[in-house]
Amino acid sequence: MNQLWIGVIGASIALFALRYSGYLVPEKFLTNARMLRINTLIPIALLSALVGVQTITEKGKWVIDQRVAGVFVALIALRLKAPYFVVVISAALTSALIYRFK
Amino acid sequence: MSRVNRTTATQSVSVSFAVGLYGIAFGAAGIAAGFSILQTCLLSLLTFSGASQFAVVGVMGAGGSALSGIATASLLGIRNTLYGLRMAPILKVRGWKKVVAAQITIDESTGVAIGQENLGREAMQHGFWLTGFGVYVLWNFFTLLGALGAQAMGNPSAWGLDAAVPAAFLGLVWPRIVSGFERTLAVTALLLAILLSPYIPAGLPIILTALLAVIFGWRTRV
Repeated sequence: MNQLWIGVIGASIALFALRYSGYLVPEKFLTNARMLRINTLIPIALLSALVGVQTITEKGKWVIDQRVAGVFVALIALRLKAPYFVVVISAALTSALIYRFK
Repeated sequence: MSRVNRTTATQSVSVSFAVGLYGIAFGAAGIAAGFSILQTCLLSLLTFSGASQFAVVGVMGAGGSALSGIATASLLGIRNTLYGLRMAPILKVRGWKKVVAAQITIDESTGVAIGQENLGREAMQHGFWLTGFGVYVLWNFFTLLGALGAQAMGNPSAWGLDAAVPAAFLGLVWPRIVSGFERTLAVTALLLAILLSPYIPAGLPIILTALLAVIFGWRTRV
């Protein structure tokens, strides 16, 4: 079995286990204030890290290319309170245009 | 189940459509990262958690190991445990229904359920099931559509998919940044991951930023 399959099946098992355990564990177990605070911050850290890595790196090297422009346009769209779809598509369009004409 | 009131039904359906549509972005991202159509669709059917799914294809598409992908997805999925804790006393489900409830426990189904609090416990249950099933069906349908579309397109860079994926992450993190505190964490995590990328195996720079969240969250904010 290759890595991609292990990723797909492993993530599926992990997510189900996380969800199901919520229905089994007594409530007070996971609800102390510090745990809750950290839990809301973890997605912010991980998702921001993913934005950075996907925009600036390629195969473990720093690469500045059309992606930076695309993500910058997405950032402007978000600041203008554009809906999610407009954000993603404006990034794609920008990146595709630069890729085609560079 | 008894009759569903209109407010709950309308809310559930609109949330399901709004969120389900993002499935296109995920389907395309999966293909762009080198996953097959079947693998991409299975991630939506089985993992069924947007941010975690994007993390698997994002980390592994950038060359990270399966273990890094799974670890990042799990860290992003911990919140689903908390949702389960919140929903268990409201749903009071047993046996196979508990398994089904767990599988559709996501941001949206929990969010809509909590939003019905003033309409009573039954409305909360209706909101949970309707939104959970609604998002499940539409998310999977649009994942397949996005995957087929991306497959037909060919080179991901030519269509801007290389920027659409980080933009999709940015769109996911944006609503969570509500103050300067979160912004500082976001920028620090972004810079740290970029700086570490050339020096440690792919995937690890992302997982390590979870430590930043622990450090930031350890002390009460003032």
